[in-house]
Amino acid sequence: MGQTINGLLRRHGLALAFLVFLGVVALNADAFLSPGNILDVLRQVSITGMMALGVTFVVLTGRLDLSIGSLLTLLTVIVVDQHNIAGPFPAIVMTLLAGLAVGAFNGVLVGFVGLNALIVTLAMLSFLQGLVLLYSGGSNVNVANAQETWFAVFGRGDFLGLPVPVILFLVGAVIAGVVLQFTTFGRRVYGVGGNETASVFSGIDARWTVFWTYVVSGFTTGVAAVIMGSRVMGAQNTIGQGYELTVLAGVILGGTSLLGGSGSIWRTVIGISMLGFIQNGLLLLGFPYYVQWLVTWAVIIIAVWIDLGAKRGRIFA
Amino acid sequence: MSHATDIRAGSPLQSVLGWLLRNHIWVFLALTIIVFSWASPYFLTVNNIGNILTQGAFIGILAIGMTMVMINGEIDLSVGAVLALASALAIGLQDHMGVWPAVFLGLMSGAALGFLNGTLVALSGMHSFIVTLGGLIGIRGLVFVYSGENALMVPDFSYTEIPEVYLGPISLTAMIFFALALFFQWVLSSTRHGRETYAVGDNIEAAHDAGINVKRHKIINFTICSTLAAVCGILLSMRLGTAEPNAGRIWELWTIIAVVLGGTRLQGGFGSMWMTIGGVLTLAVLRNGLRLLNTPNYVELMVMGAVLVLALVLDKVLNHKGYT
Repeated sequence: MGQTINGLLRRHGLALAFLVFLGVVALNADAFLSPGNILDVLRQVSITGMMALGVTFVVLTGRLDLSIGSLLTLLTVIVVDQHNIAGPFPAIVMTLLAGLAVGAFNGVLVGFVGLNALIVTLAMLSFLQGLVLLYSGGSNVNVANAQETWFAVFGRGDFLGLPVPVILFLVGAVIAGVVLQFTTFGRRVYGVGGNETASVFSGIDARWTVFWTYVVSGFTTGVAAVIMGSRVMGAQNTIGQGYELTVLAGVILGGTSLLGGSGSIWRTVIGISMLGFIQNGLLLLGFPYYVQWLVTWAVIIIAVWIDLGAKRGRIFA
Repeated sequence: MSHATDIRAGSPLQSVLGWLLRNHIWVFLALTIIVFSWASPYFLTVNNIGNILTQGAFIGILAIGMTMVMINGEIDLSVGAVLALASALAIGLQDHMGVWPAVFLGLMSGAALGFLNGTLVALSGMHSFIVTLGGLIGIRGLVFVYSGENALMVPDFSYTEIPEVYLGPISLTAMIFFALALFFQWVLSSTRHGRETYAVGDNIEAAHDAGINVKRHKIINFTICSTLAAVCGILLSMRLGTAEPNAGRIWELWTIIAVVLGGTRLQGGFGSMWMTIGGVLTLAVLRNGLRLLNTPNYVELMVMGAVLVLALVLDKVLNHKGYT
């Protein structure tokens, strides 16, 4: 019996702690577990969540993508500006294509040239932020006919009682999960992340696998930008700043290993939603917004440590 | 790169070439200086060079600590937040205890957070990227908890005159940067801690098997890194007279850029303060030169990105396929 409880705590300690947190907040703030509030939280995490889906592919190969914050800004600026120029549909197509292109560029540098992923995507973070300012000329852009465009549906619409961004996020998560679990590409991603040398010897072209994970990451950031643009109906030049870190925090919190090979879309969805509920819960309890950062810090350290400790079989390295 | 392989043979010309290949940052620095001197009449003046050194010194002081951590095979993303906390404490506590005790406590906050980062990395075996990513988020929260959302202002503006000491065109801030860089180069090359830092970064298993106390060196290096971030924060608070809760945001990225540009490897085991000085100066010259030429802000960001990728490609072509 003691053994079972011990094992349960070790394997699901974080989930239990999270349930306790949910309970405490729910007792002190009635609105917390109401359907309306839960949908609000999901609506908030749909943008970071969408980006995290793509980043999970990259992280599973043992790489990183820090460029997505600036990329989100750039694509949001593009989708809003092109909406005014070319209309909603061409704007969305252009945004997704631009996301794919930047992802492909990252993919070539990391996958084929073999440069360090952290530094390359850091360089892209800087470069793309420059591109944002070049494109927008430093001014904020807004959707001209915000009241009448159908573009609003992606960020603000509802379908069957669910917010459209939440549906997009969940559908995206299911697709990403299926791709990772049931396709050759998915197994290659795990293979390259688990042991790159071994995967190459088994005939996997690691370069192409890495390349495609960055393309996926660029694409999901494109979808996130469409949701963002539609939700805000405008784009500031710094709208995506810091998103790369929030997204990574969510992926890590879910328990996907930065070393690659271990993790899943399911874990990412859990991790990023936990961040959302913690943020929302603390606000409902009346804490200033920055307290969530302190809690996030503690949660990341504890969660990853427990996860690592459970795999290792002992707490300390 | 067939010619790279016979450089070892050893005529003076070849050894100079070999040195340049390994330290290409100085070639690059010389090139940027030549270009900007030609493009702007204001660039190569004593005053401007003094400015570049002062502007570069802030990222430079962060970069010294980052170099120690990176040679050790780790990374520290929390330096920007540590800097902000130290600067807020150094200014905010002055009302209660006077200037120097406040500055001292600011420094101690850095040392304590570095010790915490290092201990967490050493004890848990977590990737330092995760530990310090948490720190980046959480320590920024600490800054906001302490100072609220408003900038803190010094009670007595004589505080801002402390760093106004000049040796010719060189400010006290720049002198502190160079002194710290030289000191830590000495630590790296001439102390046991320095040598073992390389050993741990190069091959942690081998270092452990050789009886090196891996954990101790990691903790020491993280403590050094955050303490230096606090030094940078305090100097910044002296220069500005205020402590903004958002101070130092994304400076950790500029710092990593400076160190990697210099040639120190993220994988650990390779690098030096000389390289970092080169990287820091190159970054400072680029930023200063582009501004003198009146280029818009976006050019700076794009050039930085391009230069960083170029530096990586160069490093790969020149060194990985040749020797080392």
